[in-house]
Formats: sequence, C-alpha cells, structure tokens
Amino acid sequence: MAQPLHLAVALDGAGWHPAAWRTAEARPAELFTAGYWADLVREAESGTLDFVTIEDSFGREARLDAVLIAARVAPLTSRIGLVPTATVTHTEPFHISKALATLDYVSTGRAGWRVQLSARPEEAAHFGRRAVPGIQEHFDEAADFVEVVRRLWDSWEDDAEIRDAATGRFIDREKLHYIDFDGKYFSVKGPSITPRPPQGQPPVTALAHADIPYAFATGSADLVYVTPAGVDDARQIVAKVSSLPHVFADLVVFLEDSEQAARDAKARLDELAGSPYTSDASIFTGTPSQLADLLLTWQEAGLTGFRLRPGRLPADLEAITRGLVPELRQRGAFRKEYEASTLRGLLGLTRPANRYRQEAPVA
Amino acid sequence: MPKQIHLAAHFPGVNNTTVWSDPEAGSHIEFSSFVKLAQTAERAKFDFFFLAEGLRLREQGGQIYDLDVVGRPDTFTVLAALAAVTTHLGLAGTINSTFNEPYEVARQFASLDHLSDGRAAWNVVTSWDAFTGENFRRGGFLAEQDRYSRATQFLETAKELFASVPAPEDFLRDPAAGTFAHKDDHFDIAGRFNVPRSPQGRPVILQAGDSDAGREFAAATADAIFSRHGTLAEGQAFYADVKGRLPRYGRERDELLVLPAATFVLGDTENEAQEKARIVRRQQVSGATAIKFLEQLWNRDLSSYDPDGPLPSVDPDVSDNHIARGRASVRMHRDPIAVATEWRARAEAEKLSIRELIIEVTGRQNFIGTPDSVATSINELVQADASDGFILVPHVTPGGLDEFAGKVVPLLQERGVFRTDYEGPTLRDHLGLRVPE
Repeated sequence: MAQPLHLAVALDGAGWHPAAWRTAEARPAELFTAGYWADLVREAESGTLDFVTIEDSFGREARLDAVLIAARVAPLTSRIGLVPTATVTHTEPFHISKALATLDYVSTGRAGWRVQLSARPEEAAHFGRRAVPGIQEHFDEAADFVEVVRRLWDSWEDDAEIRDAATGRFIDREKLHYIDFDGKYFSVKGPSITPRPPQGQPPVTALAHADIPYAFATGSADLVYVTPAGVDDARQIVAKVSSLPHVFADLVVFLEDSEQAARDAKARLDELAGSPYTSDASIFTGTPSQLADLLLTWQEAGLTGFRLRPGRLPADLEAITRGLVPELRQRGAFRKEYEASTLRGLLGLTRPANRYRQEAPVA
Repeated sequence: MPKQIHLAAHFPGVNNTTVWSDPEAGSHIEFSSFVKLAQTAERAKFDFFFLAEGLRLREQGGQIYDLDVVGRPDTFTVLAALAAVTTHLGLAGTINSTFNEPYEVARQFASLDHLSDGRAAWNVVTSWDAFTGENFRRGGFLAEQDRYSRATQFLETAKELFASVPAPEDFLRDPAAGTFAHKDDHFDIAGRFNVPRSPQGRPVILQAGDSDAGREFAAATADAIFSRHGTLAEGQAFYADVKGRLPRYGRERDELLVLPAATFVLGDTENEAQEKARIVRRQQVSGATAIKFLEQLWNRDLSSYDPDGPLPSVDPDVSDNHIARGRASVRMHRDPIAVATEWRARAEAEKLSIRELIIEVTGRQNFIGTPDSVATSINELVQADASDGFILVPHVTPGGLDEFAGKVVPLLQERGVFRTDYEGPTLRDHLGLRVPE
C-alpha cells in the first residue's frame, strides 16, 4: 500500500497553455466572472483535493486579484484549501497579513498563501517606486516580509477579546503585541488590526527552482513547490529542502483517454500559439492512469505531494478529479473523503503556538 | 413623483456608538456577522453595505484603547466574500490613498467589481499621520497639507487605469490594450493595466471629507459624499454647499449624492423610543468612556477623576496632542480652553456630572421615535434637500438593522419614496448614476 499523497491544482486563466483560451471549448468572456472560478474550485473540491492555488501577478497578462477570487469562492465551498498568490515586492506586509487573515476567517480556516516575488521591470514600472533588487537582496527582503506577516498574525493572542462587562474592557491589551520589526528594508510596528486567524498561521507556500529560493523556502515557508525533471532530480532537490514538512512537485498536465490523444491535444494548442509550449515544470501528456504511475514513482524520491497545473481549464481539471483521483484512491494513495476542516489539518500540520504568548508563571 | 431615498447599512464601527455589551451583540470578525447584516440590508432593498477601515489600533495615554470594539477584518476580502452571499446589494469599502499604490488598488477594485457583477464602491480616504505610517514601508511620508493632492492624483490615476482597458475578450485579443503612462507630482507609472473593463466601468466613488478641501475633492471626483450633517438646517446648508460646487466641474446636481451617516432608536411609542435612546446613550458612554472623552479635550491624564463628579477645574493642556492617537475625532476641538469653559458652565447650570455632560455633548441619535415618525422624519429631510438618503449606523452587531428593515422600510415603500425591488443589477443602477465613458 502506497503512502497517501497530497494533491493540489494550480488554477490560472483558461489553463496553463497560453493558447488555452483560444480553443473552441474555451469561454474567454467568462474568465473574469465569479461563476467561472466558483465552478473550478467546486470541481477541485469534488475530487477531495487538498487545495487550489490561484496565480496572480502585476504583469501584463490579464488577471483578477487572486486573494479576492479566493474570498469570493470561500463561502461557496467548505473543505478545500484556498491558496492565492500574493506578491511581496511592491506591496505592504501589513495589508497582505490582514487580507490573508481575513481569508482565513471567511473560509473558516482554509486559507494559505503562495508567496511570489516580482522581478520583472515591467511590473516595477506599474508602481514607479523602485528598481528591481538584486536576487539575494530580493529574497532577503521577501524573508523579512514573510516574517512580518507571520508576526502580525500572532500579534493578537487567541483569547485577547474578553468583553469584560465588569471593567468595560473589550480586549485584554496585555494580549496584543507590538511586533516592532525593524529590518534592512522596512520597519513595521503592529499590532495587526485583525485578530489572529483561525489557523493561527495559515500555511505559507513558495515555488523554488534554485539554491537561493530553496533557502528562502526552508526559512520562511511551510510547503515548497519544486520542478524536478525526473525522479533522480527530485531526490536531489528534496535533500536541499527536507527540513520542510511538505515538498510538492509541480507538473503541467494534458490528460486524455489515450496517450496519443493527449499529445495531439497539446500539439493543437502549440499550433494555435505558434510555438511549442515550454515550462519551468515538467510537462506530462498521457492518461490519468499513466499519471498515477508517474506520481507514485516520483513520490519515492521523498515528495509529499504534487501541484498539478492543468494545461486546459476546465478539461484537465476534470480529468484530475474524475480520472486521476479515482485511480489513486483505488491504489490506496489518496483520501476518499476530507478528514479535516482546515487546510493545516489536511496537510497534517498542527495549530502552532503563538510566539508572543507568555505562560503564566508557576506560583 | 417624489424624490427617491437612498439607504445604506454601515457595519458597526470600532467606536463607542457600537454597544458591544448588549446581550445580542455578536462578533465583529466572524464572517457570519457580515453575512447577517448584508443579507438584512439586501432583503430591505438597501443601496449598499459599507465597511470602514483604520490602519492602526487607536491608543490613548500610550496604551491601546480597550473600551470600544477593537479589531476588524480586511475590507476588500470581506466585500469579495459578501459578493457570494448577496446578489444586488452594493459593496462599499474604505481604502486609504496614502498607504497604498494606485495600480494595486485599481486592480483590487476592478476585480471586486467583476466578482460582484458590478457592485463595488470605494470610499477614498486620506491620512497622513506618522502614527499610522509606522505600520507601513514608507512611514509617515506625507505632510498634512499634501494629503488631498495625493488623494486627488491617486484617484485620477486609478480612473485613468480603469478607463484604459476594453472588455475581457477584446483585452485578450489585443496585446496593446490597456497600455497607459501617467506622470504627476506623486506618481510616475507606465505599462498595462491587467484587469479588463469591469461591469460598472469603474467602482462608484464615495468621499467623506468635511473640510473645504474635502468638499471640493468630492465635488470634483465623487459619486456620493458622506457627511455628519443629519439635521434639517445643517443638512440643507451642507447639501446646498456641495451641490453648488458641481457646476465648476461641469457636473449636474444628480451626479453627486449627499448621504449623511445616521443612528436611530425605534420604539412602539415616542416615550418608549426616548427611554430606549436614553439607555443606549448610557451604554455608549460608560463612566470610563466619559473620562477618556474628557481626556481627549483636556489632553491630560484624568484617570483620577470621578465620572459621577464635577468637571476638572484645571484647564486643558494646549501643547501638542499627546493623549489620543489614531482616531478621526481627536483634537477636532480647535479651541480647547473655550470648549472646556463652555462645558463647565453647562455642567454647573444643569447640574451634570462628567458622564452626564459627555452624554449630552457627544453624538446623539439622529432618529428616535416610532417607525412611523422615523419614516416621516427621514422622508422630510430628503424631500427638503437636507440629504439624498442616509447611511444607517446600527449600534448592535449584527442584528441592529433588523427592526429598521422590518418596520421603517415598508412605510417608506408605502409612501412611494423607496424602491420595492431593485431595478437593475449594479450599484450604479441603484444610485441612478451613469456608467462612465
């Protein structure tokens, strides 16, 4: 019997293939409606997936704000984790912290965060505040950003709200904490305006392809997405990030009933795009059963799960939930129903203690 | 046809108007409280739901202020989630123009407008204080006198971004769509705005400034202005003033709505309503709260004073404010010694303790009465051009609007001055505003 896998799906536009929106089945006008996103996330939830990520960027590609998409679908779903991308380069840690804490409230404990750095000059020009920093400095700043977000999440102890009628106090201010972060790139006083989120610390995730980002991920995240070329490569990468509770491999997937049909489907899209699709992640074309074989082989490298990037939406998402998931369940490698109601719970992470909590002194 | 009334529901705020000690009072953070108030407002066919924001917890005497509700969620995130549990109600939120950047905020509002099918509204506020700035990268970078110029250019920039993009399919097909370049005193940005045109073209713009600069900003740029002037005379003066500024910007009278914030207490008889209002006022102004209010004028530690005793004989400290920080009303008294003298005289003449005096001089409820008399008052104020409607502020979360929705709204509908159903899907439809070019 295989070890159970964790499975996530990365949602982006009409799918990860740049020509996906041009196909006959695509409905490009609907990409910016709530109904489109709600349908996708409900489909993912029907397959008991751990979570969905939602791509975002300040670049030129058309996208809605990912945190707001996640918030919009939260009340329409009940179990699946919601992990929007939020960029740290041009934004305020104070805003991102309370936005994700609030996503955790509106989803009753299902929020996560995919941390993204923005290195493109075109994105910097949309803000006009700064040049793109050097890579080491950029990741150092990102680590400070995540530290501030995490401190702000802890800046209220869980029982800070007391509503004590006798003294007229709504909060016990001894249980609110200034975070007093004073770093090289910015300083933030705190506390947050938003109380500690239901999960305490929503899971922080990051995509990494090289040593500097691996170090960032192991220092700042709970889960890292990596892009191995094969099982041996996966083993080498896992060794570098093994201190993390979760290492997921990213794969772009085109799924059909036969291997040939999957290849043909991708080739048709390549033709529409005018060039073959390439990706930072490995590209899989084949049947759900073949994909199950591959995932279970790669799992032996020490991966705890996979984040699948559907080449086409909703087609490849449906092939995951209706083809791959039953296949994995049959092999005892994937849950048959949700076993927890929070994202941390699904990932087997306990609710962390608050860093500012001081235990009462023993008399 | 009589003038139609516009109504909005203000989620109770982090100030002493909100009575958290009421046995019915619920959470200010759990999403269920927001759902409850929003759905009540939508059943009553309100124009919009409104969520305020403050970016630093208030402090007094160097400590976090603990007597009122403390803590609130992120504005955008709550509004996006509320879009899932409502279908017509406008979703309005305060977003600061000082501690944000136009490209990001414009993306968030355009996204909210898409995700709500055209129901987003933005209350543009400015702040400049270094106290709030301590929570942000740039700190307190903006001088007080520059706040409206930044807010104006921030909003102009955002409007330029909203206007730069075509509808989704055209956006996808044309890689050059949405390109912009903007340069002014505060912003120098260029590129491509990456959210296609949203259902309302841009969110409805709200503004709440009361100063001359604030009124001018609203007249130039806003679709609706909040105010504190809920009485007939003050309301009419404010209404005439801001509407009179519109022609300067080539705008018609109905392109800027005037919506004062208003509280209310209902009873089965006038006497019962008055008695309930008195009890609510005492809940809102406890002895401890009265001392804190007094400290804000006196600018001194008055914690040793008895709230049921007389006012301090010592005069206010007129040096720099060092008592209360992070609240909008701080130091609105321009001449503290004169106000203190007036308060002492009044307390002596009417034999009022500190607490009784504060109850008298701080905000009273706007509408107190039976459902019938309150409906009449609201309608008279609107028909007399003291306002175009009201932003109602319940004092209990989240059920504080139930009675108004159930008893006053039907009377306004019977009188033909409030909609019995929504006529269109977007907030612009409810407010009678055109979609911008």
